Parts: sequence; structure tokens; C-alpha cells
Amino acid sequence: MNKILEVKNLNVTLKNRQMQNKIVQEVSFSVHSGECLGILGESGSGKSMTAKAILGLLDKQFTICGNAFFEGKDLIEQNKEQLRRLRGSEISMVLQNPMTCFDPLYRIGNQIAETFAAHTKWSAQEIYQQSLMLLKRMQIRDGEEVLQKYPHQLSGGMLQRIMIGIAMALKPKLLIADEPTTAIDAITQFEILEEFRRIKQQHKTAMIFITHDLSAISRIADRILVMNGGKVVDKGDFKHILYHAQDPYTRLLVEKRTAVMTSYREVIHRKKVQYA
Amino acid sequence: MLHRFLHHKTAMATVGLVLIVALLGIFAPFVAPNDPYTTDILHKFQPFSAQFPLGTDNLGRCILSRMLYGIRPTLGLAVLTMIGTIGLGALMGLLAGYFRGAVEEIIMRVVDVMLSFPSQIMVFAVVALLGINVQNVILANVFIKWAWYARMIRTGVMQYRDRNFVQFSRCIGTSERFILLRHLVPSIAADLAVLASLDVGWAIINISTLSFLGLGVQAPTPEWGAMLNEAKNVLTSNPTQMIVPGIAIVVLVSAFNLMGDALRDVLDPKEVER
Amino acid sequence: MKQYVIKRALSAIPLLIVISFVCFVFINLIPSDPAEVALRVRQVPIITEEAIEEVRAELGLDKPYLVRYATWLLDCLKGDFGISYVNPTRTVAGELARCLPATLQLAGASLVMVIVLSLPIGFLCAVYKDSWFDKIMRCIVFMTTAMPAYWVGLLLMWLLSIKFDLLPTSGNGSWKHLILPAFTVSMSYISTYIRLIRNNMLENMKQDYVLYANVRGLPQRLILVKHILKNSMHTCIVAIGMSIPQLISGTIVVENVFAWPGLGTLCISSIFNRDYPVIQTYVLLIGVLFVVFNLLFDILQTISDPRMRKEDK
Repeated sequence: MNKILEVKNLNVTLKNRQMQNKIVQEVSFSVHSGECLGILGESGSGKSMTAKAILGLLDKQFTICGNAFFEGKDLIEQNKEQLRRLRGSEISMVLQNPMTCFDPLYRIGNQIAETFAAHTKWSAQEIYQQSLMLLKRMQIRDGEEVLQKYPHQLSGGMLQRIMIGIAMALKPKLLIADEPTTAIDAITQFEILEEFRRIKQQHKTAMIFITHDLSAISRIADRILVMNGGKVVDKGDFKHILYHAQDPYTRLLVEKRTAVMTSYREVIHRKKVQYA
Repeated sequence: MLHRFLHHKTAMATVGLVLIVALLGIFAPFVAPNDPYTTDILHKFQPFSAQFPLGTDNLGRCILSRMLYGIRPTLGLAVLTMIGTIGLGALMGLLAGYFRGAVEEIIMRVVDVMLSFPSQIMVFAVVALLGINVQNVILANVFIKWAWYARMIRTGVMQYRDRNFVQFSRCIGTSERFILLRHLVPSIAADLAVLASLDVGWAIINISTLSFLGLGVQAPTPEWGAMLNEAKNVLTSNPTQMIVPGIAIVVLVSAFNLMGDALRDVLDPKEVER
Repeated sequence: MKQYVIKRALSAIPLLIVISFVCFVFINLIPSDPAEVALRVRQVPIITEEAIEEVRAELGLDKPYLVRYATWLLDCLKGDFGISYVNPTRTVAGELARCLPATLQLAGASLVMVIVLSLPIGFLCAVYKDSWFDKIMRCIVFMTTAMPAYWVGLLLMWLLSIKFDLLPTSGNGSWKHLILPAFTVSMSYISTYIRLIRNNMLENMKQDYVLYANVRGLPQRLILVKHILKNSMHTCIVAIGMSIPQLISGTIVVENVFAWPGLGTLCISSIFNRDYPVIQTYVLLIGVLFVVFNLLFDILQTISDPRMRKEDK
């Protein structure tokens, strides 16, 4: 297993007129190929900011320092154009809100095609074939029809699949998923998670899975990083987090979740007893 | 809130400027170097001098004195217009927002019709209908503008009437009128102050435009728009006469616009929500 | 889709009726008796009771209110807006038709200026937010909101026509006559739309789809032009379209400054002469234009947005 991404002492600061707001502080981690790193934390804990900082998606108000080595190159030092070439081909990302992530004025086919056009020299015919392939791989039927649709005509789950399809289409070495299951309903959530598991097994892609959902992360992540207030407060595998968490915040997170699960199991159990 | 106001530079500067202008207007007889009506053909188109700091116009009248006296109709009429507009708009808006039902339905339909008319044309129509006169100019401006305030205030009332403190007040048996005056009016006042100061600028431009066209304040009275109307005829020979009132209008209107923006910062609506 | 358009068009009819009724009531609210006014402006030396009665009958003022409204409305629909009080040999329709082309020419030129100037400037302001260009433009935009149009007209006239003798001061004729008045009319709209486009684009830049376009590594120029600009244009074109009647009515002041022989000049002189039928028709015309353009661009907005096109699945 080779190291795909290594982040060292990453800091992100938001400069306002007078205040300096430290959003991410001294975050370090690494991801290997075929491995999934889960980043767990409440909203506002700086987990998305970490990902965006690595990809150069933050605007000028933010200052970033530290290192993020991607195949030996420091991403923080790359210029805008170099980063742009990496994004979408070498490193791809799946976002939280599939319903709002596509431009409402263009058909899905058009938006897939522009992504391919930005990174490859394919002809229109090739782009069309690849688009169809992409949908097929994501188990979307009637691909030709779907390409002709506008984003609002498709369901959130469908758009999320397309988004994952676009992310995987150019065989990236690193896939970052930023809360990909948060905005969709429970059944689709399960399917989307299965999709990510499949990708992990088939493609040996390194993956960073950002979420606040303990159960989602338990299904997919090999190692987990817990973030709170912009700092890494705990790291280890799922069992470690569940039973031996050092940090009080992590323990609280786990306890709350366990309490919910316990009462859920009790109800289920009682029902079974009643029916029996 | 007062503290924040006192520390807001733009707010202080603009309010200060407006106050100075208003005071100059009120005390014009004491401040002005000359009588604004005295014509002296021999001294027409004088350049800047100690006796006539801004020169004289086509009839040899002191431009500075006319400017100072002109503050009265220019600023005064605009403020009067806004008082009328807010008064009528607030009354209608509060009635509609508070009592709901048929009252609201009627008022809001009238508001809809008012808003669907092009306002600029309506001013001319009203002035044409009532005759060329200063009061009619104010009436016309109030007539076209009140609907905006009625709608805004109604929306405000709708938002606040279901807030807890109003509900509570009703529970303990406070009279409707008391609720209206003590709770709703202060809550909406902040939004109102912002909009009103922006619209004073609008009123100044609008009234001076009418005067410029000869439909408002009439010739010998020194009003900035009317002065520009006179200046228009001597554009070639004495451009100063046109520049002074124009700049005065731009400065005063800018001050009101800036004041509106500054007030918005100071009276942050979030303050009221808490 | 067709259903929607028809429904929307029908909903404008009550408003049109209200507007026409207000215009009709308007002429009946005149403090003085219109018949008497008509006689006075015709400079009839002695106004007798009989003469008033005669004019009343001539103008149809002796019939009941609603009947008069109905006949008036029908006449209007036929294009007959009555006879000018000032000059009984001329019809109102004829007077308006005579002045309309000049006003349309002026409004059209202003519209072109609004589009040609505000779109690129607003775009550049948003793209280079907080640069010196943006700051200067914002300053100018702020200044122009405080400038009365007629004063800008005078200023330009003095500066460009008298000082430098580049353009004619007033009247109409060649395209050179058009530049100053058109710019004066469009100035406040230009600054309004610069601000609208700038803010709209900045708002769009914060949207998820822009973030996602960046995530996919699309070139910056493509994101700006294809995605952000197109999404903003949508709102702006509709707003500009809806302001066309305002442009037309905005010419009223500027026409008087530049002695442009259009509807505005006609309207002001009619106010001075108390030529009520002309004013009434002018107000009616602008009111109807207002409703029609609002309707037109509202429908256009709906049709051009794929989210609103429900039936094409």
C-alpha cells in the first residue's frame, strides 16, 4: 500500500477586518490507496474546511499553511491552474447536496460532458459514449434519456449517483466524499453507502469520507479521525473510537448514538416478543 | 443602540451634515449675506466675490442667499412628503396587518393597483388633475408612495403579531390599541427609519424635478429645482448658476442615502428579534 | 405551458380594466367643468349657459357615468381617444401618433445603452470584486443614484455641447442628437443594473453548483461565463425588460431638457394647457404598457427557466 495523501500540520485561518478566526488547527493525517479514512465531527468542526483547503477551493479570505503531499507534490504550493487540472481527474470530490450541485439551466449530459472536456481531449462522440458508460456503471437505466434531463427532473439519490459517477469516471487516485449521505433519505443512503464500498473494493481508490453520522462511518471507514473545534481530537479504528475514546467530546458523541441505538433495539425486541 | 450610533462614523457624519443643512435653512435670514429676492440687473452674472460668495444669477440675485433660503422648500417639502407618506402608509399597513379579514383585503387590493401604476407618470397625472401648486406636489408624491409603506408595514406587522411577546400581551388582557402602539410600532420602527431616510433623498429629487419642469415651486421662490430651471435658460452665459444647486442636491441626497445605509447597520434588525 | 400563458394573460385583464377606469375617473375629477374649460381654451369670448350645454352634448358629458365609461372604453379600443381641448381640429390619437416615434426612438436608444453598458460593467465588477475598477464603479453608481436626471442632462449639455462643441444641444435630427438625451434617460438605469448584475453574480458565486463546478475542475472562465453569468442574466434580462415602460415614462423629464419633440414634451405642455384628454390618454397608454410588459417578461421568465417547464419529461 502506497501513501496517496499526507497532510501535515494544516492550518486554516479566516481573516475578518479585525478578527482572526482559526478554523482548522494543526491537522495531520495520511491516506493510502485502497483505504478509507473517515473524518467524524459535528457541523462547524472544520472537517469540510480541511478537505476544501487541500483542494484549493477556499477563496482569498482564508489563509492556509502546512503541507499536503499528494504523490510527492505539495498541494498547498501548487498554483490555481495546476490544482484545477488535478481536481476532477486525479482527486475528485462528492458533495453534500446533490439537488443544488448541478446548474439548473443545463441538462445532465451537458454537465457531464463539460467535465470530460475540461480534462481530456476526447471527441464529442467519445464523450457521449463515456457519459453513457458512466451512468451504466452507476446502475442507472435509460442512460440516453437521463442525459437529456434537467437536474430538477431527477431525484436526489439519482443525482448523488451521477455525482459519484462523475467523480469516478476519470479514475482518480483519491476520492473525497463530503457528507454524501446527509441530504438524502434513509433507503437511498444505504444504497449510496453500498456504492462507496463497491468503489473501495473494486478500484483501490484512496478515500476520505467526511460525515457526522456514526453509523455511516462504521460501515465504510478503516480508520477514523474525530474532529472538534478545528482540531483532531481522536484517531483510531471504529472499535477504538467506540470503546476506548480518550477525548470527552468523542465519548459524548458515541454515548448519544449508543443510547439511541439501545432504545431502538429495545423497541424492536419488544415488538418481536409481542408478536411471538 | 445609541452607543452604537454614536460610534458609527458614517451615521454621525451624515446626520451631522443634514442637521447643519437644516439649521442653515431655518436661520437663513441671519446667515444669508443678501436678500434672495433683490434683483439688480446691473450686477448680473457676477463671479465669486466677498459680497456675493457664489456670484449672482441672471437677475443679479445673490446665489448663495438663494441657496440658503432654498433649503426651506427643498428639504422642508421633502420631509413633509415623507411624514405624509409614512403617516398614511403606516395607518393603512397597521390596519391591514393587524385586523386582517375584509379590511386587509380591501386595503391590499388598493395597494396592488397603486403599485401597478408607473409612479412617475402618476405624479404628473395628479399634478395635472389638481393644478400646478406646491401642496398638490406633496399630495401627488404621498399618493404614489404610501402604498409601498403600507405593504412593508403590513408585512412587518404580520411577522411580529404572532411573536411571543405580542401573544403574551394579548393573553394578559391588554387592549388592542395598546398592543398596536406599544409593541408593534417600535418593532417596525427600525425598518421604517432606514427606508424613510433613503426615501427623503428620493423625495428631494422628485420635488426638485417637478419644480424644474415648472410644475412645483414657482419662479421667484428660491427652490433648488426651480433655480435650475432658471439656470437652464442661461446655460451658455453663466454655467455656475447651474452647477451650484445641482451639486447641493447631489450632496444632500447622497447624505440621506448614506444615512439610510448607516442606519441599517446601526439598527440591525437582528437586534429587534431578540 | 399554453394553459399557463393563457391563464397569466387573462389575469391581467382585471388590472387593465381598473387602470382604464382610474383614467376615466381622472378626467371626471377635474375641479373645473370640462365643458367650461374646453370653451375657455378655445378662447370663446363670452361663455354662456347655452354654449356650455352645447359643448357638454358635443363631448358626451350629459350621459350617466357608467354609460360614458363604456362608450369611452369602446372608443379607446377602437383607437379613438377623443379630441384635444386645446385644438379641436386635432384628435388625441393623432397628437400621440405624431409624438410617439420620437419617444420610442429615444427609449430604444436608451435601452440599447442600458444593455451595452450595464451588463459588461456589472460582470467585470463582480469578477474583479474589490479591485480598483469595482471600487470606482461602485462610487460612480452611488453618485448617480443621488443625481437628478435633468441636472445630469444640463451638465452634459454644457460640457459636451457648449464647452467642447461635440454634440448638438437640443432638438432631434441626426443620431448625434440622440446621444445626450438617451444617455441621460438611461443613466440611472445603468447604475441600477450594474448593481443588480454585480450583486446577482456574487450571490450566484456562493451557490453549490459553482462549488461543484470548481470541484470538477472546470476552467474558471467557463464557470464564469457559462454558469454564473447565464444564471444571473436570466434575472437581469427580465428586470430590464420590465423596466422598458419606465424608460418610456422616464423620457418625460429628459425630453423637456433637450427639447425632444416626443410624448413627454406633449404631456408637459398639455398639463400647462389643461388639455386633459391628452394627459388621460398618455397615462392610460403608459399604464397599459406597464401591465403588458410585466406580463410579457413574466411569461418569458417562466418559459426560459427549465425548472418551470413542467410538461417536457
